[in-house]
Parts: sequence; structure tokens; C-alpha cells
Amino acid sequence: MSLAETLDKPAFDTSPRDGAAADTAARRHTRRPGPSRPTALGSVLLGLSFPFALLVVWWWAARLGLVPEQILPAPATIYETVSSLITDGTLATHLEVSTHRVLVGFGLGAVFGLVFGAAAGLSPTVRAFLYPPVQAVARVNVLAWMPLLTLFMGIDEPLKYVVIGWSAAIPIILGTARGIENVSPAFRELGRVLHFNTRDTLRLVVLPGAVPSIFAGLREGLANAWQTLVLAELFASFEGLGYLMTWGRQLFQLDLVIIAMIVVALAGLAMDLALRWVERRAQPWKRETRDVH
Amino acid sequence: MSIEATAATALPAETRAGNALRSVARRIEWRPWTAFAALLALWFAAHHFGWVPAKYLPSPVAVVQRLIREVTAGTLLHDLHETLRRNLSGLVIGVAAGLALGALLGASSLVGRIVGPTVLAQRQTALFAWVPLLAMWFGGGDTGKITFIAVAAFQPVVIGTWRGISLVPTTYRELSDVLLLSRWNYMRLVALPHALPMIFTGLHGALIYAWLATVGSELFLNISPGLGGRLNEGSQLFEIDLLFLVILLFGLIGLGFNTLAERAEGLLIRWNNR
Repeated sequence: MSLAETLDKPAFDTSPRDGAAADTAARRHTRRPGPSRPTALGSVLLGLSFPFALLVVWWWAARLGLVPEQILPAPATIYETVSSLITDGTLATHLEVSTHRVLVGFGLGAVFGLVFGAAAGLSPTVRAFLYPPVQAVARVNVLAWMPLLTLFMGIDEPLKYVVIGWSAAIPIILGTARGIENVSPAFRELGRVLHFNTRDTLRLVVLPGAVPSIFAGLREGLANAWQTLVLAELFASFEGLGYLMTWGRQLFQLDLVIIAMIVVALAGLAMDLALRWVERRAQPWKRETRDVH
Repeated sequence: MSIEATAATALPAETRAGNALRSVARRIEWRPWTAFAALLALWFAAHHFGWVPAKYLPSPVAVVQRLIREVTAGTLLHDLHETLRRNLSGLVIGVAAGLALGALLGASSLVGRIVGPTVLAQRQTALFAWVPLLAMWFGGGDTGKITFIAVAAFQPVVIGTWRGISLVPTTYRELSDVLLLSRWNYMRLVALPHALPMIFTGLHGALIYAWLATVGSELFLNISPGLGGRLNEGSQLFEIDLLFLVILLFGLIGLGFNTLAERAEGLLIRWNNR
């Protein structure tokens, strides 16, 4: 029976590629009736026990002076630094700069990715001519292009927008094209039987069928955007969370590095959750069927 | 006509059902390449007509000449060797750790529930956010680079293995209980073969991320022998032909890894379906 419990594990509510937090999934999980309710609460507690234990060990080791501050600052130091960063507004400024970059880059990438992906999904000609080169480019990571792009664009904001947009666009293109391509032929046939015009076919047949795959692409694109943000800010920047890390490294202030890491993770998580919320809103039919269960 | 038909059937990889087969087989040959050819032509033209200053855009011929010069001098091969050595060391360490932890998480549901959420949350941190921390812990030299590559390879493998092993159908589990299989035999004979496709998905991810991390570590950490060092050299000394050459190499190696993984996965799936 233990396997059923394993399968119930909230972690597997999510797709393998997404690293979304388990505990939110676990919370969603509690809606299940019956005996799994206490199990869900239990697994949240169990899941929290490990980081908590780590924290205790960390705190204890720091207290006994087992690890030097340069290797791992005490939790208390981190707490002090974070509260001073919050009160003087530094953290908010850096976070705002980074969020702005991600949003602009992701927006550009999403628009381009959706348009191009839709073109590739709808038109076999576009697919045949342009899809393979895009796939080839997709496999060369944007990181390798960055030194070249800096020659052309400098190291200012446009570079960041372009690399973030680029990395975000690739999964969106692939997800959109695949989603449209894989709309069941039976549905298309049904549309033809009902004499749908092109617009209705797109609106009532293609789009609903492609939405899950499009959103999978969007979520992966958003994750890529955060990845690339950190990369671009480490590479060249004077503000932002990635810069905070570089700065902390140069000053040998590991507390800054760790705080920036945590903030990046939380911000990425928050945006992923927001996108999931949009995804649920965009697919009302899915919610209905889920409630029937 | 009959020759064409046999040629078309001789390409099983590209077959699509029905009578479109022949035209598809013929079309796939050239159409994707037009974009590549157009790009190359554009590159030649941009260089030839001076649309982009030569400072920024070498001629394709210059890149090839540079490649020949670097290969005959042996410098590039040495750098390539250094880069691949780091990549593979990190990959092996990361994959081994990922398989071990993933198997543990999958085999024991208690461990999975205690440690699993932390593993998932750790995946949420952007990969490159580890660079400054690891650089401080392990230095910017070989140790730091290999550790970073190992971290990159670790993440997808642990998730794939964990998922694969814990998604073994209950019936298989019950059957092995009936057969009184020991935990070790259950893992070896039931769980592992069943989990193999997902483990492979994880390995595929590991290959890609490890390569990304290899490139990144050479750009962000200390300059050392390796392709990344040459890339920095190219961009700082404005040796644009070198820069292009290294970028092309990075791309080609990444493409090679990806193709390799896809082929291996394809073989595995065919073997699995048999």
C-alpha cells in the first residue's frame, strides 16, 4: 500500500521538468476527501522537517564555531543582513530591476514565440523551411552567443532583454507548435463537419486543444528567463540580484550571496505560481471536470 | 520511378504513412537546408559587401582558416580536451550522485517524503545562482568548475530516477511481494527496468545542463585552458575569427550531445517496446 502513498506524493502533481514547490501542490492536494487529508498535512510536515533539521544543524555548527564565517555565515548573520537590506530598500531596488528585466525579456520572448510557434504549427511550409534551423539554434545555448551579442549590442539593458527573450522564446515556440500540431484530427474533422470557418476552427478547435502545451512552453520559458537573468547579471550588470551575488562574492560576504540565491528562487517560484493561476483561468473546462471527480 | 520508390522506402526514419511518403521523403532532403544556406549566403554577402564592419564579422573563409591553423598547431585540440575532461568528470560525479539519491528517494517512501520536497525546491534555484557560492567554497579553479558541472548534472537525474522508481505500478510491487523478492532484487529486477525510460530522460537533461554549466563555468570562473578561455581571449583581443570559431564549436558539441542522447533514447524505446 505504501506505493499508493508514494504516488499520492504531491511532488508528482507536477510535470518532471518543472521544479515547482511541492508544498503548494500539497495544499491543492488537501481537497481530496477521506483519509488522504491527514497524510497530506503529514507530508507537508515531513517535507519541512528536512530543511528544518538542516537549519538546526547549521545554527548549531555556527554557534560552536565549527564552520568559519567565510565558508558559511551563521543564520543570525543572514537574518541581520536581510533585515538591513530590507529596511534600507536595497533589496527592493535590486529585486525590482531584476523583475523588470525578466518581465520585459519574457514578454518579448513570449510574443515572438507564440507568433512563430503558431505559424510553424499552422503552416506546413513554415514548419518545413524554418523549424529545423530554429531547433538547431535552440540547442545552442544562449550563453554561447552572449560574447558575440555583447560585441554587437554592448552590455546594457538591450542585451539582457534579448538574451532573456531568446531563452524564453525557445520552449514557447516548441510548445506552441507542438500543441497546435497535435490537436486531434478527429476534432478538426468535427469542425469541418460543422462547417466552421477558419476563425471558428482556430477559436473553438485548435486553441483549446493547444492550450496545455502552450502553457507548458510558457512555464518553461519563464523558468529559462530566470535562469538567463542570473546569467546575464553575473556576466555584466551593476544592479539586480545577480549583481548582488557578484558583489557579495567580491566582498567575501557570503550572506549576500545566499540571500540573493534565496530571493531569486522565491521570485521565480512566485512568477511560476502566477502563471499557473492564469493557466487554470484559461482552461475553465478543466476545472469543471476536476470538480466532478 | 521504381528507383525513386525504393529510395523512398529505404529511408524508414522519414516515412510517414500513406501516399505522401515519397514526396515527404524528397522534401525533407532540401527544404530545411535552404534556411541554413540562406544564412551562410547572407554571412558571405554581409562580409563581402561590408554591411557589417569586418571588425565584427569575419568571413567564413577566415574562420575555416583559423580552424586549420589552430588544429595544426594543436592548441585548439588541447583546449577541447581540457573542456571535455571537465565536462565528463562533472557529469560522472553528478549523475552518480543523482542516481544514488534518486534511487533512495524512490525506494523508500519515507525518505522520499522527508527529503523530496527539498530536492524539488532546490531545483527551483536558478542554476547559475550556484556559481558565486561554489566559487567561494571550492575556488574558481578545476575543483569549483567540476563541482558546478556536477550540480548541474545532478538535478535532472535525481528527479528522473526518483519519479521513475516510485511510479512502478502497484501490481508489480504486489507481485514482487508475493514472490518474496528482497528489496535489492525488487530494485534490480522490477523497479530499475521499469524506471529506465525516465532515468534516460533525466540523463538527457543532465547531458544538456552539464554542457551549459561547462560553458558557463569557463566564462564566469577563473580563466584556464579550455574553449571558454579561448572565447574570452577572442572577445578581449578582438580576434573575431577565433570568437566565431569557438561559438561554432560550442554549438556543435552541444548539438552532438543532444543528438547522441536522442538516438540513445530512441534505441531504448524501441528496445522497450519490443
